[in-house]
Amino acid sequence: MGFFETNLGIFVTILAQCLAVIGFLLVCAMFLVYGDRKIWGAVQMRRGPNVVGPWGLFQLIADFVKYIVKEVVIPAGADKTVFLLAPMIAFVLPVVIWAVIPFNETWIVSDLNIAILYIFAIGSLEVYGVIMGGWASNSKYPFLGSLRSAAQMISYEVSIGFIIVGIIISTGSLSLVDIVKAQDGNYGALSWYWLPHFPMVFLFFISALAETNRPPFDLPEAESELVAGYQVEYSSTPFLLFMIGEYLAIWLMCALTSLFFFGGWLSPIPGLPDGPLWLIGKMAFFFFMFAMVKAITPRYRYDQLMRLGWKVFLPMSLAWVVIVAFFAQFGAFGGAYARWVVGG
Amino acid sequence: MGITLLAFYLFAIVAVCSGLFVVLARNPVHSVLWLILAFFSAVGMFILIGAEFVAMILAIVYVGAVAVLFLFVVMMLDVDFVELKGGMAKYLPFGLAIGAVLLIELGLVFGHWNVADNAEALRQSVTPDLAEKHNTIALGSVIYTDYIYLFQASGLILLVAMIGAIVLTLRHRTDVKRQNIQTQMHRDPAKTMEIKNVKPGQGL
Repeated sequence: MGFFETNLGIFVTILAQCLAVIGFLLVCAMFLVYGDRKIWGAVQMRRGPNVVGPWGLFQLIADFVKYIVKEVVIPAGADKTVFLLAPMIAFVLPVVIWAVIPFNETWIVSDLNIAILYIFAIGSLEVYGVIMGGWASNSKYPFLGSLRSAAQMISYEVSIGFIIVGIIISTGSLSLVDIVKAQDGNYGALSWYWLPHFPMVFLFFISALAETNRPPFDLPEAESELVAGYQVEYSSTPFLLFMIGEYLAIWLMCALTSLFFFGGWLSPIPGLPDGPLWLIGKMAFFFFMFAMVKAITPRYRYDQLMRLGWKVFLPMSLAWVVIVAFFAQFGAFGGAYARWVVGG
Repeated sequence: MGITLLAFYLFAIVAVCSGLFVVLARNPVHSVLWLILAFFSAVGMFILIGAEFVAMILAIVYVGAVAVLFLFVVMMLDVDFVELKGGMAKYLPFGLAIGAVLLIELGLVFGHWNVADNAEALRQSVTPDLAEKHNTIALGSVIYTDYIYLFQASGLILLVAMIGAIVLTLRHRTDVKRQNIQTQMHRDPAKTMEIKNVKPGQGL
């Protein structure tokens, strides 16, 4: 029996895998913030960060050091424990979800057979970071921001859930690896789920924007109305944790879009080898879309946001579940909706 | 086995302690946060017995939705902590009495629990082997075939409850201006805007 089959060996392996994923995520988060600012700057005909290091690449390291060494200011009326717990929750939960995200067929910390439910369960907890932060600050603007955020994230989780149900019906499995395998066909990019589930790609992308509090749905932190929403009272490291958590949640949504609709690590052209680089490329593309949406669109009004979620997206995604169920049951379009060979 | 047992005791102790703190915490918001921790330990225990589907549903429904609503309501309350603390002494005997009655009832039930002869056999027969069938698939195939009417009936009960809540809270106010999205979207710039040439220093 080798070392990697003993209890200690398994523990060490899992620990090493977790550290590898976290390291990857933190490096990603750094470049995401940089990329976000660069794209935003380019759209507004500015240069963006360009002073620290070549092309300003080290700007985020400088910012990181600055956040770490600054003083943590805790407001006098704040509930200290909850106030400090909130940014930790906001940082840890988006990291925890990455345990079930496959980068390649075997590059995954834990291939759960209920991966989607797990993502959904942890994702629905992310709202607590925001609510607790807003409440514990004991201040009006953070509180209003956290109330908005709670209602918004719960509303859009519903439509995201129904969109994913369509994918699950098509695959017959809750495992992300199976979902990607089900999209493996002879036609490269044409056999991915974006084609049969075409309208839901847009719904999912827009819901992902709302779920991660990104513009045009950044009402929980709308500067023009609430200063900075639930983050007003936060400074230094707690603020940094909120920010990294937010970017990791966005990066996760990019990963989910690629895995659900765009074949994950599969190559778009038949014949080229599959690999994790494809997945990262697709995620980077969707992050570019996130950044462009932020740069281009004006902010929604809150009642319009709620109307969009409950009266437009929810009926549409619910109807789509019924349609997909029919297509899958009766094998419409050459079985494009029923790829149960992989799942079971 | 050792690690599983250790994990079980960890989750169990955390669940009981956080349940206690739900009652003891002075601040109602802290109570809800402890409640969330209690739910979470329950999730951990479900995972330990291999019921991962139920565990995840518990997390999604109770932690992700129900507790958020609790927190939402409790945060809005204007609570006077001194008054609340005074109330505790007053209601403690009632609480203890109710707890004692519940305990006695549970004891009576368990004392006269009759297990049907074929219960054990039935329990064995519905459980497929974990290695060949995940419990999501197993539950799905049972719920949607053998128990489809019961499942639909429970869905219907929830639907009635939802309609009831909407009926109770819905009121059509006539004193506020309502937006009509259709008319807003079909507004014509030519009809609603007018460009005027204002001479310098004069105004309209």
